[in-house]
Amino acid sequence: MAYRDEKLSEEKVFKDPVHRYVHVRERVIWDLIGTAEFQRLRRIKQLGTSYLTFHGAEHSRFNHSLGVYEIVRRIIENFKDRPNWNQEERLLCLCAALLHDLGHGPFSHSFEKVFKLDHEDFTQAILLGDTEVNKVLSKVEKGFPKKVADVINKTYENKLVVSLISSQIDADRMDYLQRDAYFTGVSYGHFDMERILRVMRPMEDQVVVKESGMHAVEDYIMSRYQMYWQVYFHPVTRSAEVILTKILHRAKELYEEGYNFELKPVHFLSFFSGEPTLEEYLALDEAVVLYYFQTWMKEEDAVLSDLCQRFVNRKLFKYIEFNPNSQMNEWMELYKLFTKAGLNPDYYLVVDSSSDLPYDFYRPGEEGERLPIHLLQPNDELKELSRLSDIVESISGKKRTDHKLYIPLDRLEEMSNRSKTKKRIMEILFG
Amino acid sequence: MLENHAKLMQFFSSTDEIVGRKKLQKMIYILKKCEIPFEERYQFHFYGPYSEELTLRVEEMCNLGFISETKEEKKNYYQYRYQLTDSGRNFLTHYEMDLPPLNVHIEEMNGRSSRFLELVSTMLFFEHLPKEEIAEKVFTVKSAQNYTQEDIDEGWKFIEHLRSIH
Repeated sequence: MAYRDEKLSEEKVFKDPVHRYVHVRERVIWDLIGTAEFQRLRRIKQLGTSYLTFHGAEHSRFNHSLGVYEIVRRIIENFKDRPNWNQEERLLCLCAALLHDLGHGPFSHSFEKVFKLDHEDFTQAILLGDTEVNKVLSKVEKGFPKKVADVINKTYENKLVVSLISSQIDADRMDYLQRDAYFTGVSYGHFDMERILRVMRPMEDQVVVKESGMHAVEDYIMSRYQMYWQVYFHPVTRSAEVILTKILHRAKELYEEGYNFELKPVHFLSFFSGEPTLEEYLALDEAVVLYYFQTWMKEEDAVLSDLCQRFVNRKLFKYIEFNPNSQMNEWMELYKLFTKAGLNPDYYLVVDSSSDLPYDFYRPGEEGERLPIHLLQPNDELKELSRLSDIVESISGKKRTDHKLYIPLDRLEEMSNRSKTKKRIMEILFG
Repeated sequence: MLENHAKLMQFFSSTDEIVGRKKLQKMIYILKKCEIPFEERYQFHFYGPYSEELTLRVEEMCNLGFISETKEEKKNYYQYRYQLTDSGRNFLTHYEMDLPPLNVHIEEMNGRSSRFLELVSTMLFFEHLPKEEIAEKVFTVKSAQNYTQEDIDEGWKFIEHLRSIH
């Protein structure tokens, strides 16, 4: 029997708190799960710094990847006798679903921002490079790793396949919303996924939803909106993210200045110089990063040491609402005052915006801008969701954005009450 | 603070207006590929390269009053028109930008259809491939747009021209 068709002698199941069970029957999927690159995802948290806000949010990209695989498996099960669906694409979809986050690094959003990297490039490199994953995929057929890479890169010729993994209502989002809700313990994020899966229909180049399933989709959109503001953009999580980003900036800056680290940051050197190899990239997981942070707490450089202590011991920055338009002059004054107070404003006076976040909520957009969610009407016509749903229209029409100013309030409070600088800073910040 | 927003405002300050979000998306991508240091991250989407970060930043700049957005109803869809406001211009005075002049690039792109810019940005997305493979890839991933080899040739000429502007 060809490797691509090989089945395990009996079905394997993973217990899963979100989907109850994740079912594996294909030998290829089982082998992929066993690779070093996939197992590495156990050491990358799905929600990065959110565990400092929601103590349960310790789940990993490994959990999520299995979840996405399971959802796609169930969708395909529903699609198998429907028009527009080619059952030959099944294994490709399952592999792409399982491996879609393979290139994520530790705290990847901050890392990518500071070191100008893109985890998508590393996903491609793992799939196509000299890796265990590539060896398994290559056994399926020559060119199969490239096919999987194309689906994940969203450049595969069959757009229906792509849309299962990546679209406005895809398996990726459906898993992380429910999983993140479960592990953070919030009550948002729940929706009737079974219902959505039942009313999904494959079209030539996209997945659509029967109009009768609109209310289930509304629930999904609501949960996406609430999770965005209540979990992903939580101001305390953002504070941790700000500090993390500043630690990486500081370490890089010190390295470039020739600073003598007590512990040579071996794992970071290629990141500092800008071109980590795949091997170096894969060697850096969250345990390694946290080890360095722990060590850097004792560094001579006061900024690096302070920021690491804040992150490790959760002494985060405080925040206030900030309007960069009306408060521009105040910000410039604060910048000078912080310098005068001995607090480097590049590290201790930070504006964080909602656009700094790697999550979004649903917007129908303009024609040809981005493919929206389409409802399939009884007359077989497609209509964009917000045109039929008042709820979705009202959420997506609301342009909500947010900016906050993060500061080390404890350091300001430590200053003498007789200090004019302190007095003026406090006046600007708190009126 | 908001350096990436400021770069985008610099872009808007180099033209009277930008009509259409799709056009805006493709223009910033093409400029990035012409070595203009915009930092918005792009992924390939149904209609070619698209940046969620750009969408969010534009939304933020609208909410802050730095750019104005006018929504216009078209036959089956909405279209959006963007202009830098006086507040945006004032905000920019606080920044020393290291962007080269963009007005000629923008003028050239504004004169082209969003369909053509979709083609050019898609070609640039696959720029790492050999030229003949790029054409093949465009025909595959953009089959619905029915681009021809002439369109592709025109696209290469356009890219070369844009990159020769200093």
